[in-house]
Amino acid sequence: MRRFLLIAPPYAWLLLLFLTPFAIVVKISLSDIALAIPPYVPKFSWDEGIWAYLNQLDFENFIFLTQDNLYWKAYLSSFKIAAISTALTLLVGYPIAYGMTRVPSEWRPTLMMLVILPFWTSFLIRVYAWMGILSNEGYLNQLLLWTGIIDTPLTILNTNTAVYIGIVYTYLPFMILPIYSALERLDDSLIEAAEDLGCSRLTAFWLVTIPLSKTGIIAGCFLVFIPALGEFVIPSLLGGSNSLMIGKVLWEEFFSNRDWPVASAVAVILLLLLVIPIVLFQRNQQNQQEADQ
Amino acid sequence: MTTLKFEPWNDPQEKPLIHFQNITKRFGSFVAIDNLTIDIYEREFYALLGPSGCGKTTLMRMLAGFETPTEGTILLAGQDIVSVPPNKRATNMMFQSYALFPHLSIWENIAFGLKRQAMAKADINDRVEEMLRLTRLEQFARRKPHQISGGQRQRVALARSLAKAPKLLLLDEPMGALDKKLRQETQFELMDIQEKTGTTFMIVTHDQEEAMTVASRVAVMDHGQIIQVATPDRIYETPNSVYVADFIGDVNIIQGTTTANGKDSYSIAWADAQAPLTANSNQPFSDGQKCHLAIRPEKVAITADRPGEVANAVQGKILDIAYLGNISTYHVELPTGVVIKAQAANTRRISRRSYTWEDTVWLSWTATAGVLLAN
Amino acid sequence: MNKTSWFNVVSLTLGFAFLYIPMIILIIFSFNESKLVTVWAGFSTKWYGELMQNEAFLNAAWVTIRVAVFSSTLATVLGTMAAYVMVRGGRFRGRTLFSGMIYAPLVMPEVITGLSLLLLFIGIGLDRGVLTIVLAHTTFSMCYVSVVVSSRLVTFDRSLEEAALDLGCSPAQAFRLVTLPIIAPAVISGWLLAFTLSLDDLVIASFTTGPSATTLPIKIFSAVRLGVSPEINALSTIMIAIVTFGVITTSLVTKHQMVRQKREEQEAVRS
Repeated sequence: MRRFLLIAPPYAWLLLLFLTPFAIVVKISLSDIALAIPPYVPKFSWDEGIWAYLNQLDFENFIFLTQDNLYWKAYLSSFKIAAISTALTLLVGYPIAYGMTRVPSEWRPTLMMLVILPFWTSFLIRVYAWMGILSNEGYLNQLLLWTGIIDTPLTILNTNTAVYIGIVYTYLPFMILPIYSALERLDDSLIEAAEDLGCSRLTAFWLVTIPLSKTGIIAGCFLVFIPALGEFVIPSLLGGSNSLMIGKVLWEEFFSNRDWPVASAVAVILLLLLVIPIVLFQRNQQNQQEADQ
Repeated sequence: MTTLKFEPWNDPQEKPLIHFQNITKRFGSFVAIDNLTIDIYEREFYALLGPSGCGKTTLMRMLAGFETPTEGTILLAGQDIVSVPPNKRATNMMFQSYALFPHLSIWENIAFGLKRQAMAKADINDRVEEMLRLTRLEQFARRKPHQISGGQRQRVALARSLAKAPKLLLLDEPMGALDKKLRQETQFELMDIQEKTGTTFMIVTHDQEEAMTVASRVAVMDHGQIIQVATPDRIYETPNSVYVADFIGDVNIIQGTTTANGKDSYSIAWADAQAPLTANSNQPFSDGQKCHLAIRPEKVAITADRPGEVANAVQGKILDIAYLGNISTYHVELPTGVVIKAQAANTRRISRRSYTWEDTVWLSWTATAGVLLAN
Repeated sequence: MNKTSWFNVVSLTLGFAFLYIPMIILIIFSFNESKLVTVWAGFSTKWYGELMQNEAFLNAAWVTIRVAVFSSTLATVLGTMAAYVMVRGGRFRGRTLFSGMIYAPLVMPEVITGLSLLLLFIGIGLDRGVLTIVLAHTTFSMCYVSVVVSSRLVTFDRSLEEAALDLGCSPAQAFRLVTLPIIAPAVISGWLLAFTLSLDDLVIASFTTGPSATTLPIKIFSAVRLGVSPEINALSTIMIAIVTFGVITTSLVTKHQMVRQKREEQEAVRS
């Protein structure tokens, strides 16, 4: 009885506010758009019975998504942008995480705090900070013009490049932290043993350090890739109208076009696409936990 | 020790404090406790001894109320306690990890259990002070657990579990975290406290020396079953099985077959071309029965020449000598390939030792030195 | 110990420069006299003054704080319960579904969470406003709280609870007197995390809010869509300052406590 009282509130909360909404999304994605409030039909009514209701549902919205180039492109381009940014974040994050484990240990807590600090700072503000840097009259162009590296301002803001920079910047802590914790557990004597057995520093790094930080790398990549795929703020502030990402498409479909059924269908497909990386991520975490025990 | 022997288990008038009746505990298909029946008497210091995974901790946790038996009944002072939750039981437990509350001071830790029962503040104060005195912790009362040493923490755990004056105190590997020297001191302290408070103690341990030192009776467990329950000296001198003989201390086991050659006396054929051994036993053995002769190394004498007038003597070659300071253990290989261990006290300096590697020596023991075991 | 090669120094310097320069620029230009944010025209604090006059921002900030306090408190209670169930609950019917629902919101794109919650609120006819944002924020931040708290509970020595029961506590007392005080730091960091998440959230709030409740991120977003503005720079600076102060203080306090505990432990061994 006592246990029930403990389980029931969070369980009921999640059922009502997490699972039910999904059922509704799936349901609306199978409905038709209408000029009404709410702007879709059919609405379920008990009088007509469940079969009559189900008969009115169709996959029209999903067929529509496959026929319209915009959606295909948006999914593909989201995938591409998320993948490239994840790779870039790894390239930037790994040396930082590695460097953090190589400094004297009394420095580490400070560096750790410096990595975590941006994570607590508003996401929106961190994205916004780049708007001033990347714009045509921005600080970056000013610097480059002043040093004479370029003589006409570069257009970075409102391109995919700006989106990459934004994602790498905002998600960098998510990459650094798991890699750092994997590297920190790594026993120094393993590297020494590898060198003792004839490895050069670089081969020891390739053959020992990298494989042993694999779980951290995988965790970091998923932690960047999964949210980047559905990202909305970064493409809409830094990407401009040309950069297509599915989160933005969904937002516009919903708020600007008021096409709820299509927006729901977009969400359902995005979710299906995310299931694979999420399952892989969970497996990676589980393997790591088992290895720890 | 009082002159009156403390042996309530031999007194048919005595009622046991704890009575385990046909207790079985299964975790899924794994049988942790297998149809076990034991009695523990008041004021006893009862030790459960066994290797890890033998079920001794499960047994103790059933007494504390953290596990419920799958079958059987547990009586505490005549009452069935199986369905009583741990917080309503008149038992207290001292945990292996001590489980001191890190956010509370030593004083508050000891007072914790007392505050749970309706007890006047002054009485709580008195009781805590008494416990602090008993465990010599008066000056640490205000400290937090992390501010005291391991040995002191151990005493706090003891004081806390004794504070409520439980009918039965359960000690789960109470000295597992202490180093050897401290452990020995603590063992005597524990016995002292047990005697002073008159509480019944039940200790779980895998350390046979510890069990032998502190306990009035030792129960040797294996695979969820009690193999033997007896006083420490009887466990050591007259083990009832090869398992117990082997688990408690060092032992030589010689296998053979028996032939009766007198009242309670048997001759044991153990190897071809070797004279049979002689051993006494109260247990009857039939002729030709397989047997194991268990002899403690310290009961085997080692000499350069064949000793006269002794029941058993065998010749062999010294294979190894383990020098332990006060004693040395000689590993002697017999012509049959069997290695027998013999212990001798080092009463002389090592340079004057009589035997060395490869020496041929005689080993001998009396007919009553060994124990004849069927299995 | 000289493991710090030039390569590590360079990568750390560049890395932290990359992390911090954008924010430093933002802070510097919040003190810029000029309306043109990219041209320096002298030091001034006038944008802070204007910000303090801006009713809309102040109202939004007040809504945001209210939402964050309510949702993080609710999320902490529910998340701690969920963590306790996950770590200590043993097996119960629907456990797999429960753990799935606990972890899924962590990786769910905000647009989907926002959209689905909005559709639910419309479906049950709930007026959108502060209440709906609180409900939405509680739902996703309770999952973060439960992850933080359960990672503490996993390493929690269970015999402490058993000791409490053994000494006469009811299970509820054992939780209140022993478990909760010991896991309190994790519960507090869970609350702080939930609070920050709520403070930061733009997407879910945009979906689930109504005309009556505009949160600060919504306000900032609609302002910055039009471009960089010195007022937003000033607002950002204030928010960065608060977070920096908070993080540095907590880390100093934690460090101080750890150093003290270590010293006391060493003294205890010596005595």
